[in-house]
Amino acid sequence: MSTQDEATDGTQRDGTFGDYGGQYVPEVLMPAVEELTDAYERYVLGNEDGFVDDFRARIREFGGRPTPLSHAENLSAQYGTDVYLKREDLLHGGAHKLNNALGQVLLAKYMGKERIVAETGAGQHGTATAMACAYLDMPCEIYMGRTDVNRQRPNVFRMRLHDADVNPVTVGSGTLKEAINETMRDWATNVEDTHYVIGSIVGPHPFPSMVRDFQAIISEELREQARDQIGRLPEAVVACAGGGSNTMGAFGAFVGSASLPGHPEGTHEPAPEVDLLAVEAGGSSLGVDEDEGYAPNSASLSTGTEGVLHGARTKLLQTDDGQIVESHSVSAGLDYAGVGPELAHLVDEGRVQPVNVDDDAALEAFHRLSREEGIIPALETSHAVAYLEHYEGDGPVVVNVSGRGDKDLDTVIEESAAKDIDGAPTMEVFEE
Amino acid sequence: MSDASDATRGRSDLAAAFDDEPALVSYVAAGDPSPAATERYVEALVEGGTDVVELGLPFSEPVAEGTTIQNAIKRALDAGMTPDVYLDLVDRLDVDVPIVCMTYYNLIYQFGEEPGPEEFVAAAAEAGISGFVVPDLPVDESGPLAEACREHGLDLVFIVAPTTTEERLERMLDRTTGFVYVQGRLGTTGARDEVSDDTPDALARLRDTDAPKAVGFGISSGEQAREVVASGADGVIVGSAYVDIVAEGAEAGDPTSEVADRLRALADELKTGAVAGVPEPEHK
Repeated sequence: MSTQDEATDGTQRDGTFGDYGGQYVPEVLMPAVEELTDAYERYVLGNEDGFVDDFRARIREFGGRPTPLSHAENLSAQYGTDVYLKREDLLHGGAHKLNNALGQVLLAKYMGKERIVAETGAGQHGTATAMACAYLDMPCEIYMGRTDVNRQRPNVFRMRLHDADVNPVTVGSGTLKEAINETMRDWATNVEDTHYVIGSIVGPHPFPSMVRDFQAIISEELREQARDQIGRLPEAVVACAGGGSNTMGAFGAFVGSASLPGHPEGTHEPAPEVDLLAVEAGGSSLGVDEDEGYAPNSASLSTGTEGVLHGARTKLLQTDDGQIVESHSVSAGLDYAGVGPELAHLVDEGRVQPVNVDDDAALEAFHRLSREEGIIPALETSHAVAYLEHYEGDGPVVVNVSGRGDKDLDTVIEESAAKDIDGAPTMEVFEE
Repeated sequence: MSDASDATRGRSDLAAAFDDEPALVSYVAAGDPSPAATERYVEALVEGGTDVVELGLPFSEPVAEGTTIQNAIKRALDAGMTPDVYLDLVDRLDVDVPIVCMTYYNLIYQFGEEPGPEEFVAAAAEAGISGFVVPDLPVDESGPLAEACREHGLDLVFIVAPTTTEERLERMLDRTTGFVYVQGRLGTTGARDEVSDDTPDALARLRDTDAPKAVGFGISSGEQAREVVASGADGVIVGSAYVDIVAEGAEAGDPTSEVADRLRALADELKTGAVAGVPEPEHK
């Protein structure tokens, strides 16, 4: 590859972030990965054929960008510090996922690909990909673990309504990890005409960089809005972290690695004075149960160890032997044993601070934001909101509201009753 | 690699296994359904004419495998297979053919105290492994493992796919030792009824390669083995067809000896087919 040079933004164009990243995929996929790397460099980084202009226009017109930066007045009064919410819940589809899905499906069109496959956990990425494929007229197949299909029915209906095929994956625990494995197998079989739209900043290079670039439109907007509305950059940005796509979306422009051309002047300069907090799912407790091959959490940034999974070297929840364990979170979208290699690197560098909150705290925060601000957040987002209870900085803090919580209502009502969660309303309005 | 340690281990070396006639490379997943059964199965495969044993070390995320081998890996992991148990099993195996370890990179990388491949390669060499096939490690990322293999006199086998470009092929052949693993079709492992149309083309472009060429992915019968060798292969690699036999035996609760008999019979059929495929004028 002619891409070993260091890019102007400081990331290595061979796809490594310090010790992390790389391209650990079967040989059958490597030519496609190389082809994609070339397309990423030409269309995304180089705006060839006006790709980026096209993307920016479509994410405005179809996606509804820019999303607002809302001042959370009641939470601000409660915490004695200004809390702002970056409203990705208002993006079309109800989550940040469309930024990436639209970018990749559009790129696949520019590359002349004829078919899209994608994995999905909670169904948000699958839904966003199905939406983008309907909009851009591309055939679409989604792989989703059997367990997730059953617990995320509304999103399965949405994907089907957009005419995407949904393939349940029955092996293993039937969740995101297995869905990624199966999508990679499909890609290996149909690699010549198919593009794999990975849903997070994970996988082999160029996916972690490319997904970050599409998502970092969040932090690019946020910087402009902070300047206009607050008159300064925020003291801190808080985002939940599973695989890490909304996280790097919210952090990318502040870190300085975001590389999508056409951004407003000055919005991609590194801003080391802004604290970046990645809130992971603490689940029911931290650590890995070696004997059971299970982690009752998804805190790979806080507690994981270095290893190789799904195409990249990164931090993982694994046994001492290197078997990947089943993770857990009340939030399906954070329930993953790995994390994006760039986030792992930024944590090692001390640029991003990993923290975590447990299932119960996330449920409490779900109710708090719903009650106090009139915004029902996704359970993923609720982890970021929950961290405000521990936030000690002064100055304005921005929480990235990565998605809305309509998809989580059944889980939240059930779990809140079972666990007697503080601040949960009673649901005694229904007849018995 | 014919250094002194090969002789003292009493094993033929990997490339030499292809010298006399077309080689049969046989895969099973270690520990499926138990380490003791695997020992018997490997012996039976060798008795049936296997020239190289490809012994899978099960990893929880086998992205290159079809359903058959995914299920085998799950059975083995559920029965307690670990890298340590695997190495003990290799150490105990009493067969006179080279054993190749087929696994995914994270297990090699995590083994021992320090991250990196060195410790596992050393332990594998000690246990009697002759080389590695690592399906999620493309040549681009293979530097550290290749170096550790060189240091311990082990071979590193790369998989050439139908999609592999000429430029990538050259880089892979530069690093290939032992044999070239020719992936006969797109997709994942799994038994198929027909030889893929891609196979003759794949072999044709490797015609000038010195290293022996073995074709895998989808071969399950003696007739297919004959066809592949007739197309120019120096060997055939078979996995899922054996694993199907192991799975049926495990499901029916058949005695290990009966399953071993069936494996021996299939190996014999495959080896006979492979030998029958040698084009007459080029018979060595």
